[in-house]
Amino acid sequence: MNWWQRDPNEPAAGADDKKSVPSGVFTQCDGCGEALVDGELQQQHGVCPACGHHHYLAARRRVELLLDPGSFVELGGAIEPLDPLAFEDTKRYQDRLRAARQGSGYSEAVLVGLGRLEGRAVALGVLVFEFIGGSMGSVMGERLARLFEAAAAQGCPAIVCSASGGARMQEGILSLMQMAKTTAVLARMKRRGLPFVSVLCHPTTGGVAASFAMLGDLHLAEPGALIGFAGPRVIEQTIRQTLPEGFQRAEFLLEHGMIDAIVPRRELRATLARLLGLLLDPPVEPAA
Amino acid sequence: MNTAVLDFERDVVELEEKIEALKQLAPVGQDVAAEIVRLEARAAQLLRQTFAELSPWQVVQLSRHPARPYTLDYVELLLTDFVELRGDRLYGDDPAIVGGLGRFEGRPVVLLGHQKGRSTRDNVRRNFGMPRPEGYRKAKRLMELAARFGRPVITFIDTPGAYPGLDAEERGQAEAIARNLELMAQLPVPILSVVIGEGGSGGALALGVADRILMLEHAVYSVISPEGCASILWKDSAAVPRAAEVLRLRAADLLRLEVADEVVAEPLGGAHRAPREMAVTLGAALRRQLGALLALTPAALLEQRYDKYRRIGAWLER
Repeated sequence: MNWWQRDPNEPAAGADDKKSVPSGVFTQCDGCGEALVDGELQQQHGVCPACGHHHYLAARRRVELLLDPGSFVELGGAIEPLDPLAFEDTKRYQDRLRAARQGSGYSEAVLVGLGRLEGRAVALGVLVFEFIGGSMGSVMGERLARLFEAAAAQGCPAIVCSASGGARMQEGILSLMQMAKTTAVLARMKRRGLPFVSVLCHPTTGGVAASFAMLGDLHLAEPGALIGFAGPRVIEQTIRQTLPEGFQRAEFLLEHGMIDAIVPRRELRATLARLLGLLLDPPVEPAA
Repeated sequence: MNTAVLDFERDVVELEEKIEALKQLAPVGQDVAAEIVRLEARAAQLLRQTFAELSPWQVVQLSRHPARPYTLDYVELLLTDFVELRGDRLYGDDPAIVGGLGRFEGRPVVLLGHQKGRSTRDNVRRNFGMPRPEGYRKAKRLMELAARFGRPVITFIDTPGAYPGLDAEERGQAEAIARNLELMAQLPVPILSVVIGEGGSGGALALGVADRILMLEHAVYSVISPEGCASILWKDSAAVPRAAEVLRLRAADLLRLEVADEVVAEPLGGAHRAPREMAVTLGAALRRQLGALLALTPAALLEQRYDKYRRIGAWLER
């Protein structure tokens, strides 16, 4: 049934959310509110053709965006979460995991593997925000460790595109320790002279921001991405004042010296290819 | 005189105050002396009973006890020749982290720790032990100094967390923490970390990537505070004690999860009731752990530290 055929007395799904539009025909841009014909946003990799707002791009779509077709080979896909604390809040962690798997279509909050970016071998990790907020637990830690180890073994650069609320509290202290784990393995890889490029997508905060995501040789951010340690709500509660417009956005970080560049999504692959070439290609002999 | 008393300490403290008042009565008759002995036995029994069945939330409160020994108290009790070194050489000096050189049992070490304040004024200056990027960058500088001169590093962890403030974000709080994790993973000298009070998330970990992690018996170490967890998952502040329970943040939990390497027993009633006794016990643990680490070559030390962190976590591989 299309939205115009809906019973007017039946409340629309998400009726209390101003931004939501019935699905099936149009998607409303989160940036400018423009109604975009379905498929248009996907064609633009989630970038609004009207205002340039960058919507969340699903991990598999991002792999397609960055890597040469068919070149991606997943690593660590068989690594699955456990429930070491037998954690239960209003829901059991086991149930949250099951719901996340079914709802997202991903097995955990990161997808990692080897592939080619404009012909160059790379190790690529992409965080899955729709899987419990892209939170880092033991599986993300182990998969990223395998990714950095694979990069070291292959002698290729590593790229991780982050989108995460931080550590996964349902795994308690073990999730906090994944910050140290990912960092330790990454440091080994970097010592081998291999570059790590961190691509900061919306949003990257907490334990992910305070570990591997801020340890790139290069930091690239998507326009408008929220990047920081503490989330804006926590900061507002602490300092009891409203935060300035644009605070913790990619543009703010650029101004404060935390990132190298803001790169629009449509230029991301070419920019990565160019930068990796500039770091890794042998110098060309100048013409005599 | 103990000015800060937790709910579950009140009965014991009131009893002790009564005993103290009786002792002030001079001259003490035989009946009063007998009463004092009786009350002292009762107080000791009450204390044992209370501490035998502490809830995780009560342990969190103990870990934050305003009378608990802080980093500089242990420096005073455990080190000689301590010289505080300040500043990150980039922006400022953050009093929420203290650091310096000193001797532990004669051996020069670099000592770092979060520092809470004892008075309100002191606490404002030290930002309640919540560091800004400058604190982490000072720690990084001092750890690099330790590596350059082959001095072991001892860190004391005691923070609610890294400061979630506007200025801290502007100056790269996440980056400052991340850099410390990266450095500590590769520092070619022994690192011992002791959680002496509150181990608050990433702000604690930034001083806590170590060869050995020790926890005082009533210290806690958690990915998020029970308050933060209750607010996010239950959306209800009444759930704080429940959150403290499910987070498994006590020393014994961390030992079981193979994150902590040793739990250091506290005096009955907690470190704040007998700071000197606590320092003696801690000193012995540090001596033993440091001795074992000093026997390793830098390469073996780094390999062991790497393996410790490489393994950490709980997952299943099909």
